[in-house]
Parts: sequence; structure tokens; C-alpha cells
Amino acid sequence: MKRLMSGNAALGEAAILSGCTCYFGYPITPQNELTEYMAKRMPESGGVFIQSESEIAAINMVLGASVAGARAMTSSSSPGMSLKQEGISYLAADELPAVIVNMVRGGPGMGNISPAQSDYLQATRGGGHGDYRTIVLAPSSVQELVDIVPLAFDLADAYRNPVIILGDGMLGQMMEPVDFSDIKKPKDYPKDYILTGAENRPSRMVRSLLFDTKEEEEHNWKLYRKFQRIEANEVRCETFMTDDAEIVVVAYGIAARIAKGAIKRLRQENIKAGLLRPITLWPFPSKNIVELARYVNDFFVFEMSTGQMIEDVKLALSGRGHVNFYGRPGGVIPTPIELARIVSRHYYQTQKVKRQ
Amino acid sequence: MLIKTVFSGFGGQGVLSMGFTMANAAMLEGRYVTYLPSYGVEVRGGTANCTVVVSDEEIASPVASEPEFVVAMNQPSFVRFQSILQSGGLLCVNSSLVNTSSARGDIEILAVPTSELAEKLGQIKVANMVMLGAFIKASNIVSFDFLVEHLAEILGEGKSKLIKLNRDALELGYNFIKE
Amino acid sequence: MKKIYTRPASLKEAHFHYCPGCGHGIINRLIAEVIDEMGLRGKAICVAPAGCGMLVYNYFDIDTLESAHGRGAAVATGIKRVRPDNLVFSYQGDGDLAAIGTAEGFHAANRGELITVIFVNNGVYGMTGGQMAPTTLKEQITTTTPSGRNPVSAGHPVRVCEVFSVLDGTSYLERVAVNSPSGIKKTKKAIAKAFQHQINRTGFSLVEILSPCPTNWKMSPIESFRWIDEVMTKQFPLGVIKEVKC
Repeated sequence: MKRLMSGNAALGEAAILSGCTCYFGYPITPQNELTEYMAKRMPESGGVFIQSESEIAAINMVLGASVAGARAMTSSSSPGMSLKQEGISYLAADELPAVIVNMVRGGPGMGNISPAQSDYLQATRGGGHGDYRTIVLAPSSVQELVDIVPLAFDLADAYRNPVIILGDGMLGQMMEPVDFSDIKKPKDYPKDYILTGAENRPSRMVRSLLFDTKEEEEHNWKLYRKFQRIEANEVRCETFMTDDAEIVVVAYGIAARIAKGAIKRLRQENIKAGLLRPITLWPFPSKNIVELARYVNDFFVFEMSTGQMIEDVKLALSGRGHVNFYGRPGGVIPTPIELARIVSRHYYQTQKVKRQ
Repeated sequence: MLIKTVFSGFGGQGVLSMGFTMANAAMLEGRYVTYLPSYGVEVRGGTANCTVVVSDEEIASPVASEPEFVVAMNQPSFVRFQSILQSGGLLCVNSSLVNTSSARGDIEILAVPTSELAEKLGQIKVANMVMLGAFIKASNIVSFDFLVEHLAEILGEGKSKLIKLNRDALELGYNFIKE
Repeated sequence: MKKIYTRPASLKEAHFHYCPGCGHGIINRLIAEVIDEMGLRGKAICVAPAGCGMLVYNYFDIDTLESAHGRGAAVATGIKRVRPDNLVFSYQGDGDLAAIGTAEGFHAANRGELITVIFVNNGVYGMTGGQMAPTTLKEQITTTTPSGRNPVSAGHPVRVCEVFSVLDGTSYLERVAVNSPSGIKKTKKAIAKAFQHQINRTGFSLVEILSPCPTNWKMSPIESFRWIDEVMTKQFPLGVIKEVKC
């Protein structure tokens, strides 16, 4: 049965159904409904809820819960995510699973509380210090958010790495009909690394301090090999009307749905536009873009920022094709009509150039 | 069909629950629907609004830059949201609190004295449901009979005592509007 | 022949890296002895800090996690909430607990987390080379207070036990010193008592241990032991600061 729920609340329910037993969070708009939902539901489901003294404390509580063997989650919005980066670096270094939600808002600094996509680089480049990556999942509807939560926990456990769910203020706040019936009971992941007390076994230690540079180098290469495996196996993206497309819009999250609306309008004008929507922002669907570039020459990157994902699109294309950009930073929510007009203008200008 | 409605008013007038009720009815009818509340600082400041989009296909944006319908429960909301209403759109105003003398000439105004009507039921707090009943009659976005039939489900657990009052208020508003 | 002194089972066969005269080695051993004597080796989980105490996981033969600098109490909170039947303690220095980790320690104490903090107070940042700590005494010379700590610009030495004592979540707070045989005995008793408070779920427990750092104090070990008695305890008086019935 479908329920009308906000992204924040639906995410909380999906997490509990995915076997998350620990949630730690600090209030920040626009993700408070998730913290509030967990405050109510965690005790009901026998889990742990703590409103922490800071985002730094929350991510470290997640680390503690994770090393003790639990599925743990924290959530925040942009300024709070900056504070969590220290802990995320340690989680990656210690190879501990965790799910971290960022309902992105306008920035930098205090910014505002409106939806934005300006934390793309922070999320996809590790975000904290050191040589590491986090898996980044970017849903574009409340139902997809619900579907992505069990995947986030599974990927975190399978690769023993932090996973970021990158939403935005709008995805967190808006309500849509959702169905939880596809969430299955979590698989059992063998956890031979967790701390339970050294009862009848040798003691374990979990650490990231490796004074010996050779040892640290080997640890870095080991992590690197893991990240390569993730890049090879975990890319996810959606394409929409790309089969005959002459121009492909690349957009993720809430911007991708706006782009879909724009593409429908463009098709009515007989402009053959399509959409590529990365669902995993890291690993990035570079191969899928290269594949499209075999017959598409014109790419249009659309982001609610001044342009961050465009770097990955350009890297993927390595000089092939034309990469154009349209962005609205600062929490402004562009409309499908607006984007359709921009792409349409671009289309006719390039047609004119071609005719000349 | 893709219809966007903005519900607006003071915090406490039940503006969000108006939108939530209609969005829920649309969901149960099997339509695509999004409900986006205003949030944060704005809400704390005392005004509230939400946007409900109902469609027969996937919804691109839950934001309404040019809605077909606006419901304004107070004067500031009337001033603010009449400016974004589509030309030819319908503006439902709470005429108990809103003076419409400054209304645009290219839109339709429907005045509903919600406070006076709600007082007939002895409950001023259901003024929002009176307005919703009137709005559904005028807009026909969801089936009124369907909404009334599923009211218990829509209001949710723990609200069973309020079903009759809400139904009476919806019907009062619905019947206030002449064909 | 009867064995009267041996390596505790909770200590690995490793040589301490600590400087001559340092208190950490004594404290590590005391913790291991208490864990053995209370039969807690299979239940204990230690959270190690950043600082000189960082390498305790090379010595303790129990499950150990190394936390980021200052975050020990938050990490220990996460572990304990998942595993309420384990003995969870964090080992923290003065910079770790009273500067960078003030918020985490304070709020874990305030929530009455059922964890124990072993707080080693030697008045300096040892591992980074002897900079000022929050517990550095007035006029004490460190590498970042070259003319002595001036409270006007550098603040006053922080009394952690006294600060935590006003928090309702704390149940046992004692300050001890490992600069004499009797002090070492008292320290061991205090650690055992703190663990008992955790086991009995009475509240948050903390043992503050005044510990010599001859290297950074620029003293001989003997002088540093004396300095604790003659100078340090004037600012940090020894004894039970708070004890709720256990």
C-alpha cells in the first residue's frame, strides 16, 4: 500500500526496514524530519537514537556503532556535512560501513535552507583528508530514495566503506506516494573485524595510524584496489529518450526530474533531446557517457550549482563532443520551461552555425 | 493533465493539512502527486504555504512557478500568490479575512466566507476544510465523493473522532458553491 | 616456587615505547591488572586516543579501537549503546579530553553514558613535543608558552573532575596520581571502582590520573614525581571528587 510521505520520513522508515539499528543526528534544516522520525521510530523498533551534541559527535557515534557491528546512519545538511568529514575519513581508513545522508542546501558558509547541488565535489572526492572515495547515491524521487536506502546499507557492508546518500532540501521536504514492500530483510554479512570483546579469540584492533610508510602505502593501494572494484561493478544510471537523441542533458537528483520535464517539452518542439541521469555520482557513469558520445555530439550539463559534475562529464568525454552548461546555484529551483528554453535556444543557435 | 495548486495562509489556519488532504485523495485515486511544503525560517515567521501537483503522468517538478489554482486564506498570501497565478487561473480566497479589491483583472476570484461558514458548525478551526470542500467543487481536481468516502484513511489513525466534523465542513464548503 | 609478580594476561608481550619516567606505562599496566582481576578480558573494549596514549593498542591484549583526536567519548558511546554488556572505556590525555574533545566528553558525561574515561593529565601535549595543554599550570613553561602560561591570554588550567562533577549523569569521579607506590595503589583501586560503576550501570565514571612527563617538563623522573606533589596537586587536589552510591 502506498503512503504519502516526505523524503526525510520515508528515508527513516526505509533505513529501519533495511536493518539500521542506530541513528545519531544533530538538528539542521532541511533534514530535521528525519532526525525527528528516528527519535520516535528507533525506540519503537528496539534501536538506538541519540541527538548528539554536534555533527562531529554524531559521525563518531556512527563509527563506534559500526565497529561494534551495527548498521548505523547519520544525516545532515551541507554545513553539518563539512563537520562530518573528519569522521568519514576515519570510517574509510578503518574500512567501516556507514550510511551518511546529506540533504544539500544552498552554500557556501551558512548559505540558506533551499535545495541545492553544490556539495557534489565534496561528496564525490572523498570530502575529508586522505586518499579515499565514498560511494555516492543520488535519488530523484521519494520512492527512489526508499529503494536506494537498502542498497546503500548493502554496498556499505559489502565494500566496508561509507556510503553517502546525496539528496537536497526539496527531496527531503516534498511528499510523494511511497511503497516499502520491496525492502527485503538484510543479508547477513560476515563481520570478522568488529569489536565484541576478545572472548575465546585473539584480540582485535581497528586503527588507521600506520607510522610505517610502507605499511601506509600498502593500505592506500589496498583501498585503491577496492575503489577500482567499486568503479567496475557499481555504476548505476538511467537514460531517457537517448536512442535517437541529438542532444543529451546530463543531470542528477531533483535537477534530473526537472530536466525530464524539459525534455518532454523539447520533444514536442521536435528537438531530439534525451537525458542521462547518474544514480551513482561516484562511481560516475563515465562509460555510459562515452557510449552515448559515439552518436551524440552535444551534451548539456544541468546542475543546481555553478558547475561541479561538469568536471566528471568532461573527464569522461576527454575532449570528445561539446559540453554545455546551465546552472542555478544558491538554492534557486529552476523550472522545466526555463531549461527547455535554454536548451532550445542552444539547439537553434548550433543549427544556424551548422547551416552556415 | 498536470494541475498545480498553491495553498497559502497563516500558520495555524490548517493550510498544510488542506494540501495534504487533497494530495492524499489524489494518491488514493491512483494519480501521480507531489506535495511540497514551505519550510524553515518562513514557517517560523507565521506564514505557511504548500504546493500540490496532481498529474496523470510522472511529475517533473513539485514547484509551481505558474499554478492553475491558488487558495489564499489571508491577505498577505492573497497579495503574494495572486501574482504567480496563471492568466485565467482561479483564486479561491477566504473572504472572511481577505479584501479582493486589488485583484488582477485576468483571473477568476472565488470568495468563500470560511469563518462564517465554519462558525455554523461551532468550530472555527475547520475553516480550512470548508475551503477545501469549496475548492474541490470549483476545481474538480479530485472526486469529492471519493475524498469523503476515504476520509478516515486520509486523516489517519487517532483522528476517528474528527471524521464527522471534517466531513460536515467539507460538505458545507462544497454545497456553498453553486453549479 | 610461588609466582608473585607477572605480566597481566591483558597486556601483550611488547615493550612500552614510553620515555623513562613516564606515567603511561604504569597506568597501562594497572588497567590490564584490573581487567584481569575483575575477569573482564573477554568483555573489555578500549578506545585509544591521539597523543602519547595512542599506542595502547600495541600493549593491551583486548579489543581496541583508535579514535580520532578528542572523539573517544563519542565513539565509546556508539560502541556501548550497541553492546551494553561489554566494558567500554576510553583512554584520553588532557589535550584529547579537555581541549579538542571537550564537547564529546562533557556530553557523554551529561547523558550518563555507561562508559569509563581514563584521563591521563600530565599538563602538556607530549606526543607533539611539549606544547601547552588545557591543564598546563600558570607560569608553566611549554614550547607554546615560552615565558610561562599567562592566564590573561592563554586561560587557566582546567579542572576536569570538578567541571564534570556538576553534571547529573556522572556517578564516579576521582583524581589520583602515579608518582608514588601508595599513589599507584590508589590509582588501581580507583580504576576498579570506576569499572564497577559502569558494570552496575550507575552512571558515567572517570578517573583523572596525574602523570609525570619528565621529558617535556625538562626534569629528571625523581624531580617530576616530586613536582606532582609539590606543585601540580595544588591546582589539581587529589581524592574522590564525586561518588554516587554504586
